[in-house]
Amino acid sequence: MKKKNSVKKGTIPIYIVLGFASLASLFPFYWMFVMATRPSAAYNSIPPAMLPGTKLVENFQKVLDTIPFFQAMWNTILLCTGVTILVLLISSLAGFAFAKFDFPGKTFFFIAILLTMVIPPQLGLIPQYYMISQLGWLDTLMGAGVLFLLNPLGIFLMRQYISESVPDELMEAAKLDGCTNFRIYWSIVLPIIKPAFATLGIIVFTLVWGEFLWQFTVLRDPSSYTLQVALASLNTAFRVDFGMLLSGVFWATVPLIIIFLMFNRLFISSITDGAVK
Amino acid sequence: MKNNSGTTGSKKKKYVSEKKKDMRSAYLYIAPFFIVFAIIGLYPAIFSIFLAFQEWNGLGPMEYVGLRNFTIVLEDPLFWKSLYNTVIIGLMGTAPQLIVGIILAYFLNMAIIRFTNFFRVTIFMPYITSMVAVALVFGVFFSSNESALANYFIGLFGFDPISWKTSEWGAKIAISLMVFWRWVGYNTIIYLAGLQSIPKDVYEAATIDGASKVQQFFFITIPLLKPFIVLTVFMSTVGALQLFAEPTVFLGSSAFSRDEAMTVVMYLYRDAFNLGSFGTASATAVLLLIIIVGAAAINTWLTSGAGRKKKKGV
Repeated sequence: MKKKNSVKKGTIPIYIVLGFASLASLFPFYWMFVMATRPSAAYNSIPPAMLPGTKLVENFQKVLDTIPFFQAMWNTILLCTGVTILVLLISSLAGFAFAKFDFPGKTFFFIAILLTMVIPPQLGLIPQYYMISQLGWLDTLMGAGVLFLLNPLGIFLMRQYISESVPDELMEAAKLDGCTNFRIYWSIVLPIIKPAFATLGIIVFTLVWGEFLWQFTVLRDPSSYTLQVALASLNTAFRVDFGMLLSGVFWATVPLIIIFLMFNRLFISSITDGAVK
Repeated sequence: MKNNSGTTGSKKKKYVSEKKKDMRSAYLYIAPFFIVFAIIGLYPAIFSIFLAFQEWNGLGPMEYVGLRNFTIVLEDPLFWKSLYNTVIIGLMGTAPQLIVGIILAYFLNMAIIRFTNFFRVTIFMPYITSMVAVALVFGVFFSSNESALANYFIGLFGFDPISWKTSEWGAKIAISLMVFWRWVGYNTIIYLAGLQSIPKDVYEAATIDGASKVQQFFFITIPLLKPFIVLTVFMSTVGALQLFAEPTVFLGSSAFSRDEAMTVVMYLYRDAFNLGSFGTASATAVLLLIIIVGAAAINTWLTSGAGRKKKKGV
């Protein structure tokens, strides 16, 4: 609002509402940072501490002493990356089949995918846990990741994108040149659908990054913790050190904020692409 | 394959095998999804329904007990308390979101408003934080401590400090607020996409006809936004019924021992993994499925029904 003249008078209340919404959205981030830099005792000060203190490093040191923070960060990155790559492959292959091929049962299979979206993930929780434990996959990233491979939304997005952006003529031409179907997928379809990969990739990556119930259920050993499970474990001590707790949350959130600010348009469009179809 | 196409000419033969090849490719390409679905989606879902009629602790043999698991769950006051909590927190956490989301989206869509990208990004930002992170930050904000920041704020308005984590309404309000905070930007973005899909000339025509901005909002914007409202109401309802991470992490060590904010999924989890009763937990899972499908059906029926009634009225 530097150029005051360009803001029309009647719109000031609207700016106040939007400004307040922005402030309310940002405040917890800022306050988390403030608390992460202060001793736990600062929590009791009246009026409350609103400016950063000097314990940034010390609090984080305490986090490192309590949970395997970097191990958990690494586990999370491995988990999210692995799942995302596999979901992109599974979804794009199936999306390609639904967009470009005719085969008996096509409608049946497509409706089946629709129905898989209706089953709430908690329904199968106990058998899934039992299967994973029978396989010996408890406390492993495989066990934590396998559930996320089921992503019907991905097929919808891919089918939509492939049927809109891969011309039939291109496929026919490639076939005349003797390309196999897989070659067409690999060398023609994949390069064209990169933007859809970015959208679906962001959806899957953030989904796995933030999911809690399943990871909390199968990851019990601290060395296998992902960030969410590790952070949650900080809060179960009898006396919680707030400075330490929020330091952990802060450093686990910073990478995500940086990525978000760099690619915010992509993040926001992934929401509308994913939901509004 | 060669034998099958026998006497037909070579051109035709090639065509047929090409088509068959395509079919084979297609089945091959959808196979990974359906194999994954069969193993980790369909089989566990069916197994769960089967388990709901068994008594089982996960180790010993199963024993068929008919409907007893359902009777146990339905006669347990804690199940009803958890369902009540889930519904109350769901309503308080999501209903205001939809209203605030529409208003914010409407403002962000006004041509005369500047800095919309800044507002859009900041309002959306809470969504990228994980539910666990939100619950922990709000857990400190709403700590039961007398000097908790939330207590300081309500103190400014003359209220007494509240023990947020151990009081009936304190816990519900705190959890609803964190749900609201994290999701309102998400819904705003969806409504904004909806508003941008409404052609500008509709408003121009209305302005020429003398409709005020408020009239335009209620008679043009809201009706044209309806598909988007239906979508968000649906997603919010289903999501609210599955609430687990926020209350569990917010309450920390007392999550499964207190009932002020226990949700249905927490009740299920407690049965299975704290009490080792897989049968009743599976019965709860089946009940949850019925509740979710029922809520979704009522939702669809209400939103389509309400729309029809309105049209008749006008």
